[in-house]
Amino acid sequence: MNFTALFSELQLVWPRLLMGVGTTLLVSGLAVLFGSVLGFLLGLANHFGKAVTRVLSWVYLDVVRGTPVLVLILATYYILPITGLALSARDAGLVALTIFCSAHVAEVIRGGLMSVPPGQDEAAKSIGLNWPQRLAYVILPQAIRQALPAWINAAVEIVKASTLLSVIGAAELMLTIQQTVSRNYMNAEFYLVAAILYLAINLGISAIGKRIEKATAF
Amino acid sequence: MSYTFNFDPVLRNFNLLLQGLGLGLAMAVAAILVGAFIGFFLAFGTLSKHRLLSAFCRGFVAVFRNLPLLLLVFFVYFALPQWRIRLDGYLCFIIALSVYAAAGLAEVFRGGLLAMSIGLRPLQIKFYIVLPVLLRSVLPSLGNSFISLFKDTSIAAAIAVHDLTFYARKINTESFRVIETWMVVSLLYIGTTMVIAFALRLLEARVRASLGVRR
Repeated sequence: MNFTALFSELQLVWPRLLMGVGTTLLVSGLAVLFGSVLGFLLGLANHFGKAVTRVLSWVYLDVVRGTPVLVLILATYYILPITGLALSARDAGLVALTIFCSAHVAEVIRGGLMSVPPGQDEAAKSIGLNWPQRLAYVILPQAIRQALPAWINAAVEIVKASTLLSVIGAAELMLTIQQTVSRNYMNAEFYLVAAILYLAINLGISAIGKRIEKATAF
Repeated sequence: MSYTFNFDPVLRNFNLLLQGLGLGLAMAVAAILVGAFIGFFLAFGTLSKHRLLSAFCRGFVAVFRNLPLLLLVFFVYFALPQWRIRLDGYLCFIIALSVYAAAGLAEVFRGGLLAMSIGLRPLQIKFYIVLPVLLRSVLPSLGNSFISLFKDTSIAAAIAVHDLTFYARKINTESFRVIETWMVVSLLYIGTTMVIAFALRLLEARVRASLGVRR
């Protein structure tokens, strides 16, 4: 590895790398946000819903979780324009990552809900709380605390999956690195830079997650 | 919206898709075997009393669990040739996937070891006594890891390894039967993962039955 050359190259390309990091963070962040809202509702529907809702949510979860993320991204990117929705590569990728995230979060929420002992709900019922109250004050606070570590893990998975947007040509960090490398042929050096940046992002997410876990622990 | 479905271009190439699927499964099997082997030692390493060894193993696991698989694949495929190490695409992918799997499986094994709460004994005892018990206790997680790895083999298409996703993109660009292609390919992936999941459940039941464990 040639580190002097790497540093002079870095001085040239750092604004573009920074933009790549920005896009990666933006797309992953939005996918986690939308995916979590969708996944939360799905998890609730799957756990508490009537038979039809449960079957439908199972089909959705099995289909999304049975398909590789890359196939999800490619399918979304190529199929959406046919339905009249011409999205940019980045936005189509965001849609795919949101779908992927929703299935993961739904599973995480479902696990959290299952970990709350039924006695909790019964006790809450016996002191006269109605269903929304039981959900908001008794079940969810426990379920969400239980689900938190897996949820943080899902966020890390989304950042990792966002690299696949480079395949459809969305200019996130991975594609920026590939473009840089195809110009200067410094493969090892710049993939190492990418590794450091992705590690920083993901270890950062884990560290923030640990803090949230500590702050919200009983 | 009026769209006439035409599955012909996809079904005409169905044997290619099946070939790709087979290659994906083979790469996943290779990766889980190598990954489980390395992951087993890594798991013991992270629990070791030797500070240096345990720090190294924990670092290895933290790094490779947090790096995107695509980055590892590109590193092996594009960066190693800089040191005159040139390998076939599918071999590169298996190496990258194995390292990725090792880090994930080390966590699985570590959890299993902690649950067994054994002290650290000589390696031979570990191999003959701890390993069989450990493998049984982590079998469900091992199965899930295998399904994940199988899905991850789709990433091999990014370095032009001829797997299912590669052929899907090929058919897609040749025929423009976009919806049909991705529908068939998704169904193939979903079907395969479901079959694997079902087979694993049978295996778990058999392992439990052979031990006379009641649940």
